Amino acid sequence: MANDGSGSELLPADSSHGPEVNPGTAVLSRDRSDNPGVPPHRPRVYDLDPKKNRRADLGISMLFYLSIVGSIGAIVSYFVFPIVPNDQLSVRLNTLFLGSFIALALLAIGIGAVHWGKALMADKEGIDIRHPVRGSEATRERALEIFDEADKESGFGRRSLLRNSLIGAFVAFPLPAIFFFRDLAPRSNDPAAALSHTVWKEGTRLTRDPTGTPILAADVTLGSVFHVIPEGLEETDDVLEEKAKAAVLLMRLNPGDLNPSAGREGWAYDGIVAYSKICTHVGCPVALYEQQTHHLLCPCHQSQFDITREAAVIFGPAKRPLPQLPISVDDEGYLVAQSDFHEPVGPSFWERRGDYNA
Amino acid sequence: MASASRLSSSRRRSTRRTGRRSPLATVALLAIGLVFTGSAYALFTASSTTDSASAVSQESVEKGSKLFAANCATCHGVGLQGTETGPSLLGVGAASVDFQVGTGRMPLQNTGPQAPEKPDQFSEEDVAALADYVASVAPGPALPEEQYLDAAGDATRGAQLFRINCAMCHNVAGAGGALTEGKYAPELRGTSAKHIYEAMVTGPQNMPVFNDTNLTPEDKRDIITSLKFNENNTAPGGAQLGDLGPVAEGLFAWIFGLGAIIALAVWLTARSN
Repeated sequence: MANDGSGSELLPADSSHGPEVNPGTAVLSRDRSDNPGVPPHRPRVYDLDPKKNRRADLGISMLFYLSIVGSIGAIVSYFVFPIVPNDQLSVRLNTLFLGSFIALALLAIGIGAVHWGKALMADKEGIDIRHPVRGSEATRERALEIFDEADKESGFGRRSLLRNSLIGAFVAFPLPAIFFFRDLAPRSNDPAAALSHTVWKEGTRLTRDPTGTPILAADVTLGSVFHVIPEGLEETDDVLEEKAKAAVLLMRLNPGDLNPSAGREGWAYDGIVAYSKICTHVGCPVALYEQQTHHLLCPCHQSQFDITREAAVIFGPAKRPLPQLPISVDDEGYLVAQSDFHEPVGPSFWERRGDYNA
Repeated sequence: MASASRLSSSRRRSTRRTGRRSPLATVALLAIGLVFTGSAYALFTASSTTDSASAVSQESVEKGSKLFAANCATCHGVGLQGTETGPSLLGVGAASVDFQVGTGRMPLQNTGPQAPEKPDQFSEEDVAALADYVASVAPGPALPEEQYLDAAGDATRGAQLFRINCAMCHNVAGAGGALTEGKYAPELRGTSAKHIYEAMVTGPQNMPVFNDTNLTPEDKRDIITSLKFNENNTAPGGAQLGDLGPVAEGLFAWIFGLGAIIALAVWLTARSN
């Protein structure tokens, strides 16, 4: 059995311990173990015992018949278990039976085919020699000839004006895409500015999520928590983007429990405080408020914030406290914002200044 | 309706003619107004007063007082003023007592991060008596009215309100979830409509208060409706795996899905015997 290196031969596994391989310049270790080759061929029970062979044959055909049963079952269950509007059980039964029968139909074909291949098809073992990557010398020379010929006939190397203008055309062609796709970026040209400001401004009323009704200071009783969106949020251009930045949690504590730092004494109103709901870690909504411990828990990564200490981080991966929204009341007693947040809400970003809390 | 407007317009014409009202008009108007509001009040409060009036009897309050002294006063004080081991119960209202005692959270079994729900050790009358007694000392949130507990409101709206106000702690399917330092938001499935309502009004333990200006009684009814809808209807998606969310479901998919794929790969590459 000659090996011409083309790799088209299939060598019987038990004929030798593999072909002789030219070691080339590689360093050979002296204690190299010999190629053990493949283990000796072991005949299958299906080849030795005609009864077993017959049984496997039957079993595989049963699997294929089972697949037919599955396909018919899927059709039948489509009609037997229709989806009835407003009946959740019908949806469950429909998907359950359709899916089970289709799975049965496909799996039975697959398992049957594999079993057929493994148990009954010709049982020959062989070694497929790896195909050499390098072509023969003649092939390589012919390839170069073809390149030269094509260059001469097309004049690609000679007609430099033609060639260079073609290259220029190819370079210019993708340029429009840059301008088209540029418009997919946020409309404001400065993403840092978009991240640094929310729709809150002086006098914006705090309203309930989702109804948008304003909140009287007297409504917020001790221990209450309100989920707040700014008034007029629905009229903004990108409601969801703005909501994702402006969502606020409103809580009322005993005024004595709050420990405002210098310059932030006037940010609360009679024990009512408003904090950004967007976690400073990766931006999950922090809304798990414990009214006795005054801890806020972020459900995503278990960051904890202490509302009595200006939402200081007491546990978890968040690095900065939640930004506080300064609030007061208007003439009619409704809660309003004094200004926007004094720092960007949510997680850090590349251009975020580091001196907000300095 | 039509005759009344005609009457009033003729009256207006006559007053315009004379320039002044009959001296009896004010008295008549007052009398009509009083009769109307009085009867309307009687009509509207009739349903709610019938059961609460019969419930809050002196006998019940006295029974509650004795039960309180025997079971609660050690921690909450004889006069409900609270002690070092238990908070004051002044002004917590009947709703709070009915929730805490009715769900077995009180009397507290042992101190811990949170009082767990356990089998109720009082009869319904005893719970009602305790509630009456505590409410009689200082007023607070009363028991919810039956009309908000029928779970026949708008389930879709209730689900939206639940998602915004409750789901972050109680899980979107009401399966409950963990809080900090051993505390947890309990599972809501199997909790009665009354106890859900009372919990929202009173904010037991670390749950915030959702008063009637935050979530109106109608909102609370819708929330209960959506919870009961989920509880009473089969989930369309098949096995719920406790509704615990992506971690439990992911674990299941990784172990059983990946396990099946690995088993198939082993079988595919194994030699036939």
